[in-house]
Amino acid sequence: MRVALMVTCINDALFPDVGKACVTLLRRLGVEVDFPDAQTCCGQPMVNTGYLDEAIAPLRSFVKAFEGYDAIVTPSGSCAGSARHQHGMVARRSGDPELVAAVERTAPRTYELSEFLVDVLGVTDVGACFPHRVTYHPTCHSLRMLGVGDRPTTLLRAVRGLDLVELPRAEECCGFGGTFAVKNSDTSVAMVSDKARHVRETGAEVLVAGDSSCLMNIGGALSRQQAGIRVMHLAEVLAQTATGGGQS
Amino acid sequence: MTSTFVGMPKFPVAAREALANTQLRSNLAHATATIRDKRARVVAEVDNWEELRLSGAAIKDAALASLDQHLVRLEARLTAAGAEVRWARDADEACTIVAEVAQRHGIDEVVKVKSMVTQEIGLNEALQEQGISAWETDLAELIVQLGDDLPSHILVPAIHRNRAEILEIFQRRMQGLASPEELTDDPAVLAGAAREHLRQKFLTARMAVSGANFAVAETGTLVVVESEGNGRMCLTLPEVLVSVVGIEKVVPTWEDLDVFLRLLPRSSTGERMNPYTSTWTGVTPGDGPQEVVVVLLDNGRTRALADQVGRQALRCIRCSACLNSCPVYERVGGHAYGSVYPGPIGAILNPLLKGVGVDEQVDSLPYASSLCGACFEVCPVRIDIPSVLVDLRAQVVDAHRAKRWGGVPSMQTVAMKGAAATFRSGRRLRLAERFARLGTGIAARVGARAWTGSRDLPRAPRESFRAWWRRTDGGTR
Ligand code: SF4
Repeated sequence: MRVALMVTCINDALFPDVGKACVTLLRRLGVEVDFPDAQTCCGQPMVNTGYLDEAIAPLRSFVKAFEGYDAIVTPSGSCAGSARHQHGMVARRSGDPELVAAVERTAPRTYELSEFLVDVLGVTDVGACFPHRVTYHPTCHSLRMLGVGDRPTTLLRAVRGLDLVELPRAEECCGFGGTFAVKNSDTSVAMVSDKARHVRETGAEVLVAGDSSCLMNIGGALSRQQAGIRVMHLAEVLAQTATGGGQS
Repeated sequence: MTSTFVGMPKFPVAAREALANTQLRSNLAHATATIRDKRARVVAEVDNWEELRLSGAAIKDAALASLDQHLVRLEARLTAAGAEVRWARDADEACTIVAEVAQRHGIDEVVKVKSMVTQEIGLNEALQEQGISAWETDLAELIVQLGDDLPSHILVPAIHRNRAEILEIFQRRMQGLASPEELTDDPAVLAGAAREHLRQKFLTARMAVSGANFAVAETGTLVVVESEGNGRMCLTLPEVLVSVVGIEKVVPTWEDLDVFLRLLPRSSTGERMNPYTSTWTGVTPGDGPQEVVVVLLDNGRTRALADQVGRQALRCIRCSACLNSCPVYERVGGHAYGSVYPGPIGAILNPLLKGVGVDEQVDSLPYASSLCGACFEVCPVRIDIPSVLVDLRAQVVDAHRAKRWGGVPSMQTVAMKGAAATFRSGRRLRLAERFARLGTGIAARVGARAWTGSRDLPRAPRESFRAWWRRTDGGTR
């Protein structure tokens, strides 16, 4: 099976450790993972702001990078959702039948990390060890657009030493929403403040989620409030072993 | 009266004001959480809820696909049953028809059954101009009306008011109270006062105005679903009854109606069944109103119907489950949406009815969402609100693209075009990351202050993932 890592633009530029954790984790599970250098961004920031024409160029680079792989794995529910549910629309907008056809091949092969681990590899215990009190925020697009269900928490529960505590009102949006965080920043801040409060209520040391953008939002609020709670991507937790070695 | 939504500021501006009102926020948080939990409990009791949702969506879609035929059938049945059917293209036409009916009977006071559509067309204000007073008879609508206020929720229009405020409004504005000074803020006392006031209106008004939740084409029957019994009074006591009905309210058969009567109460008030369901078919000789007029209203609905992605919004049965589940609505309330249709449904319905690219306030609505999808999850007729929002955003951008042709592009357009150019290839992105430290670059571009007001920015890493992969050959060197 040829597997490609779609690292996402935000992890590439701001959170490279998340990408490295994916590589470590997948290799440990026996998956030889490629990083096709042509990849850039899935185009979601443009699509969700209404700039469909501007999403065509990123989509072309996406297709160029990932065509021919059996599986495209990404540490983001949101970007997987964009590939599966929005790329078709952008391709049709381009009026290019080849792009439409290419998307029909890449879209169904795109998996969010926990989906790939549980559904494709059939693993729920990835052999990780992380002796900390953790709470999990199920990001909206993982939860509702992809329907990843309990896959992430099943993976977390199998981690040695990990104490998973429930997050109050877990399913409520953190207020990120891409450009929403800027265009409607007051509302966004009201939402993330409540989310950060709920995280603090759990007494967890670490907040885990499957999307770096949401973690950047909640983490930014927690850090401003000097809450002393770290945020980590699911991939980073799953990459940890008894001997440490979060990164390659 | 100040109760009009015309000239409202754009959503982010109105939202900022609402967010600063801590009383409003706590009222809203409490009220929406209560209804949300109730809804979740009673929906969980229904084994085939998903099937019901699917049928609800399918029935409405089919009805909308041949709306012309159903409407003609509805008109024929209504006429045969002794009702007068009038067609109104827009708000003005509809209001004129209602006023004419009142005037030909020399009526200057009408009672009203709560209805969204008469608020949409600004009927109370239009009647007022003709010297006709319209009295809201739903308790919450009455509070809004007496307070010269605007509704903030589809189902609980006075959700933004608390008991003390209601007491004050009643004491100041309610007519015909025996002893206003003896009122207290006890809900039972307040409800008693409202009953006293309303009973007088029910017994004296000669004309009622209603909307309809559904219009059954096969028999020409209108249906009103309500909780307080005020609707039943209005629909049966006066001599003249005028119902303003959006053309999307038509359902072909009684069998179809059955599905919606099961979906609606659980989704809206979290009840298994609503207390009052009134149905009437034209005029029943010697019983109830002897003159029945039905105004079938377009007012943008055919425009919405022509929108391939957006037309699903016409399935809406106004249950308000999407409002109660929306994290944005919960925090800013209904007024920020600048329309009688607030919340997620308002964010799509207003632009669909009015069209985009004309009014900045309307154009700001599709952006009033984080696209979290909680609304879609609860919608009893499965309106994919997030997808419609995204499509409307594209329509807004395209409308402005067309207008600004050759003019100065907006900051946002510059940013999006810049990002698109950077994301054209992996090579370009690598260069951009190297030279512009994209991390901080992105933050600066998207407007750092809006972010950093209450949130720290992540520290930019020493090297991007892409650079690391190249340098270490995928971590193997
Ligand atoms: S959009 Fe759906 S959830 Fe919202 S009011 Fe309409 S029917 Fe109810």
